[in-house]
Amino acid sequence: MIDDAVVVENAEKWFGLNPALANVSLRVHQGEFVVLLGRNGAGKSTLLRVMARLVKPNRGGVRICGVDVARDPERGRERIGLVAHQTFLYPGLSARENLRLHARLHGIEGAGERVAAALSEAGLDLSADRPVRGFSRGMQQRLAIARATLHGPELVLLDEPFTGLDLEAAELLSERLRQWAAAGRTIVMATHNLEQGPEGVTRWVLLDRGRIVTEWTGDSRAARSRYRQFLTGAPDSSVGPRN
Amino acid sequence: MKFWSQTAAILMKDILTEYRTRDVLTSMLLFGLLVILMFHFAFESDLEGIRKFGPGLLWMTFIFAGLLGMNRSFAGEKENDALEGLMLSPVSWSSIYLGKMLANLLFLLLAEAIILCLFSFLFNYGIWPRIGWMAAITFLGTLGFASVGTLLAAVSANTRMSEVMLPVLLVPLVLPVILSAVLATAANFAQPPEEQVMFFWIPVLAAYDIIFVTLSLMTFDYVLEK
Repeated sequence: MIDDAVVVENAEKWFGLNPALANVSLRVHQGEFVVLLGRNGAGKSTLLRVMARLVKPNRGGVRICGVDVARDPERGRERIGLVAHQTFLYPGLSARENLRLHARLHGIEGAGERVAAALSEAGLDLSADRPVRGFSRGMQQRLAIARATLHGPELVLLDEPFTGLDLEAAELLSERLRQWAAAGRTIVMATHNLEQGPEGVTRWVLLDRGRIVTEWTGDSRAARSRYRQFLTGAPDSSVGPRN
Repeated sequence: MKFWSQTAAILMKDILTEYRTRDVLTSMLLFGLLVILMFHFAFESDLEGIRKFGPGLLWMTFIFAGLLGMNRSFAGEKENDALEGLMLSPVSWSSIYLGKMLANLLFLLLAEAIILCLFSFLFNYGIWPRIGWMAAITFLGTLGFASVGTLLAAVSANTRMSEVMLPVLLVPLVLPVILSAVLATAANFAQPPEEQVMFFWIPVLAAYDIIFVTLSLMTFDYVLEK
């Protein structure tokens, strides 16, 4: 039995002369809900992309549920669902066609039923055969979540998923996060905005200039306060070197 | 088996998107039609000129119309970062290349078939008795163009001024394919047909295709990798 959903070991990533990740190591256990915090450019999105093998680290490695993604990227990606600010949807295709394509690429059996169920769960049954181009941002994000989780990934990665969402869509996403956390699914979410403080978070990890500065446990309110202190530079004895 | 099923899924996605939007075919056909009409007015009464330069004019039209299509082929993938969605799937990235290359090949061949008919009609160019060989030459030439074009369209899609970058990168690389195709076409339509010349250039085209498709399949992962 593999306890770790994600293991990042000494990952380094440079874009030209700029270090996006500097010797980052992170271990996420199965069923954990980890939030990556940090300013814009802190390295949160790069770290998620390194986990999903969309970005190849210059040094270091990543294992997803025991699979070394450098050696077997396809098996690693089977276990991942990524929800980002961009929806990864084809605007010219309908909602159903987008999900069918995803199901086919993942080799999902009985795809028709799974797709219909996912559309219904996302509240998109009535718009299922309309091109995505005409969808609102909230509808597109609901479809993007349905797409990312259609294949039942063990690990869900979310990159600033609340950006640009209206209140209704943000509440729906929060509800979905609660459900996933309660069901014991492993979640890693990157954000710099804690206004929509997620519930059920098991660990907060703070990044700055490509490094993990510190990490802690606790609820959203305490995390918000601690993160604000970090952003404003106020002295806080609890924001210290990582254990 | 999984590789081919995933390749087919990507190919079908491109066909369905093109069926809905008609972006690629419309731009290629409009451009092809305009160029052929321009040549028609330029060479109206010069039958000898048409006989001499016809194959070159035809392939020039194919290539420039094809460049427009190639430029569009990754434009849809950039919207909503859909290409990253494909890259996140448990597919070999070579199947992404192959699916997109086959879709480009199909759209190019469709456009070329229509342009060829128009060319034959407007210039009274007798292609029909030799249409079988012309189809073979067109297929091989287009395969070479589409194989490198798809690879370079993926490269240039990530650059600024991608619409300028693609022709600058692609045309020099496919020059051997263009030259072989023009010479084979000229030999095919010569009076009488120069079969020896044609049978020299057709294997050359086939060899280029094998090399270009293999190299593109081998290097596409590096193109996508950041």
